[in-house]
Amino acid sequence: MTLRMPAQLLDQVRREGEQAYPSECCGAIAGPVDGEKRAVRLYPVANRRTDDPHRYLIEAEQLRSVERDARANNWEILGFYHSHPDHPATPSEFDSSHAWPWYSYLIVAVANGRAESAASWVLDPDRPRMLRETLDVESEV
Amino acid sequence: MPVTVHIPTPLRGFTAGHDRLELDGATVGEILQALVGEHQALRRHLLQEDGRPRNFVNIYLNETDIRYLGQSETPVRPGDAITIVPSIAGGSPATAPAAEPVTALPPLSHQEILRYSRHLLLPEVGLEGQRKLKAARVLCVGAGGLGSPLALYLAAAGVGTLGIVDFDAVDLTNLQRQIVHGTSGVGTPKLGSATARLTDLNPNVKIEGFETRLTSANALEILAGFDVIVDGTDNFPTRYLVNDACVLLGKPNVYGSIFRFEGQASVFDVRSGPCYRCLYSEPPPPGLVPSCAEGGVLGVLPGIIGTIQALETIKLILGAGEPLIGRLLLFDALRLRFRELSLRKDPACPICGTNPTIRELIDYEAFCGIGAEPAYAGPEITVQELERELAIGKPITVVDVREPHEWEIVHLEGARLIPLGQLPTRLNELDGHDEIVLHCHHGARSMKALEILRGAGFGKVRSLKGGIDEWAVVVDPAMARY
Repeated sequence: MTLRMPAQLLDQVRREGEQAYPSECCGAIAGPVDGEKRAVRLYPVANRRTDDPHRYLIEAEQLRSVERDARANNWEILGFYHSHPDHPATPSEFDSSHAWPWYSYLIVAVANGRAESAASWVLDPDRPRMLRETLDVESEV
Repeated sequence: MPVTVHIPTPLRGFTAGHDRLELDGATVGEILQALVGEHQALRRHLLQEDGRPRNFVNIYLNETDIRYLGQSETPVRPGDAITIVPSIAGGSPATAPAAEPVTALPPLSHQEILRYSRHLLLPEVGLEGQRKLKAARVLCVGAGGLGSPLALYLAAAGVGTLGIVDFDAVDLTNLQRQIVHGTSGVGTPKLGSATARLTDLNPNVKIEGFETRLTSANALEILAGFDVIVDGTDNFPTRYLVNDACVLLGKPNVYGSIFRFEGQASVFDVRSGPCYRCLYSEPPPPGLVPSCAEGGVLGVLPGIIGTIQALETIKLILGAGEPLIGRLLLFDALRLRFRELSLRKDPACPICGTNPTIRELIDYEAFCGIGAEPAYAGPEITVQELERELAIGKPITVVDVREPHEWEIVHLEGARLIPLGQLPTRLNELDGHDEIVLHCHHGARSMKALEILRGAGFGKVRSLKGGIDEWAVVVDPAMARY
């Protein structure tokens, strides 16, 4: 499934990644689903893993409260975003082994405090590995 | 009396799309066992080997996490609701990838330092970046619409060696967009015309010219001598050739293409991303996508796309910013809108996939269906013959199958306009007993029209060889050409 995202939202993810550097930022992506996922809103979430800058954790009750707000707008939680400080936007083994099916996992690489490439990944239904999915970013000039 | 289990979106693929299920059991643990009993594929996402919920799976009974109740033993009552809520975790590996080794770079003269002053002021370029540019060898395939802005900006930026492959001569119709050439160069080889302009712009740049058509026989040899290949070609066989040669050599291919008001750009680098074949495994059928000569192109468009290619080339050399690898940029000039599609490497790609079937360069003309069957099949009439037959008063119906805006530029006296696209529905306007001559701009569309008419049973139909352009050259030099 394609994840469609306005450029402003992707920019927001990049900014959060830069602000959180050298730690990781994280949050949820919400919007309607109709054949493709259409991101309309981001919910930044406080990273509950504070012991290790190379990890993030969104706990169930955080997700519950985000989901409640999304549902009120008739949106779904489409997936989650997080940053990779000084590492490419490819999933780590930890990402793959903890990924849920269907959700999009958007990763933004942040090198020396500057956001670089971004890519979205989804769990392979057959194996514990992530496959890159189409991220369709539209900007209006 | 059952309990309702709410299934989160990511797991609905395992419950036939159901967002809630009614299940029986006395405890939360029993309900979960009933759930995975009914939907086996859920098991590995929810439960550990010992049957307890996995880490990062939280189970809520009504509004309370069962961790704060009796865990799996928590009793349930009819009408209760169980909600499965995932925790989301991940992260990056703790070690950063090793930096690339720095090789010896050429020094800059005082005069070069002054010339590139505005680059040197950028920390992302700086002295080291400018020296990387000077050390770089970039090959431009084509010195046309895309190649013009590309070569101009790369030369201005101080790319040390610029290779150019082009065998064409400058035509007056090129100058609406091919800004590296000038009016004084019309009729001369593009290579010489471009070299003169680029050397004037920046004499520090060494131009290596290849006045030849890029073919399967010479591509690997030519491309091997360069660090970055920039594809400024206007046809599919050369585009696939450049792609395949870059894949085989492991070199980045900075791609751009234009069509009327729309452009595309990407960077194909199989070391870290997909190739052109991952995006388009097969070329379109020949004739489906008109060339600039047939379909037209807004002159500024190759300027924008070619400049993006120059930018990406410079970024690759500097190692700065975020390259267009794995991303396809789409530009719509009329709506002034940029879109970006992320591209995936295709594991089944015939050249860069896991089991490649293409291991050497192939016959790209044949691959693109060109030359496989004669493009011109059917009776033709030359402009001289048509002129003669009309002069002796032979009754001939001349049908112009071009578009109305082309008709407005120039048309033959006495011809009738039926654009190719409307021809199948306007056959009743023609009489099968008449001698019919079809014509277009250069003779390709009229051949398609001829097939349509012959298929409909018209017997006396011919296509004007070379089209109205040939007529303007040979018969009526007073006529405008376009």
